[in-house]
Amino acid sequence: MDGILFWTLGGLLLAFSVSVVASRNPVHCAGSMIAAFLVTAALYVTLDAYLIAILQVLVYAGAVMVLFLFVIMLLDLRAGETRRVGWAPLGIAGAVAVLAAIAVRGIGPALGLAPASLADGIEGTTEALASTLFTDYVVPFEIVSVLLLGAILGAVVLAAREDEAS
Amino acid sequence: MTDLIAQVGLGHWLGLSAASFAVGLAGVLIRRNVIVVLMCLELMLNAVNMTLVAFSRAQGDLHGQVAVFFSIAVAAAEVAVGLVIVILLHRRRRSVETDDFRSLRN
Repeated sequence: MDGILFWTLGGLLLAFSVSVVASRNPVHCAGSMIAAFLVTAALYVTLDAYLIAILQVLVYAGAVMVLFLFVIMLLDLRAGETRRVGWAPLGIAGAVAVLAAIAVRGIGPALGLAPASLADGIEGTTEALASTLFTDYVVPFEIVSVLLLGAILGAVVLAAREDEAS
Repeated sequence: MTDLIAQVGLGHWLGLSAASFAVGLAGVLIRRNVIVVLMCLELMLNAVNMTLVAFSRAQGDLHGQVAVFFSIAVAAAEVAVGLVIVILLHRRRRSVETDDFRSLRN
């Protein structure tokens, strides 16, 4: 059962990833990207990382991709790329991807990193993750909140400056 | 061979992450639309996050998932600023293709 889920979702993830790279229309890229993020969330659930899965859906598939779609619509990029994307590099990249996967699959057990099964793992529930986050990582958590505030302010200032000048 | 397919271990997850990362890297290298390049960057970040969660599960240690939490927060900030830079570039050059941004060349 575990194997079936892994191979199905993993195949879907790679298919959507290739679709992101190969689609001519940026809106199609964004759609494939959302699908890839949702599949990744499902993969996190199979790893019992429930909070990360929810965050993946909320932050990546929700907020970040809506931001991307917003900018694509704002800049009106429906026409797609004017210059052709070469297919030879894409083929080479695919071959490299397959080789990398095989290499890691081969090297992993040799390093003694790969247990035969991940069955006896831990569960990344909100409670478990929050107790780690708010005991060991309080200061980084606050720093991240300041970073997000800085990013918001930076985005507003950068986007607004030219309008004031003109 | 059937064991390799039915028994999903850490190596499988690392392989999937490596493949996903390589696809994202290929996108960054061959695409010319800056927005799509940013999306492919997100794909690479996503692949690394998956590695962290897989290691966290394999080691029975939640700290890996906390690292993913911070990674997601930082990636959100990065996307916000990156997309504003794309908008500024589009205002200046009327284009979002990397070939048109060569004012730093030579």
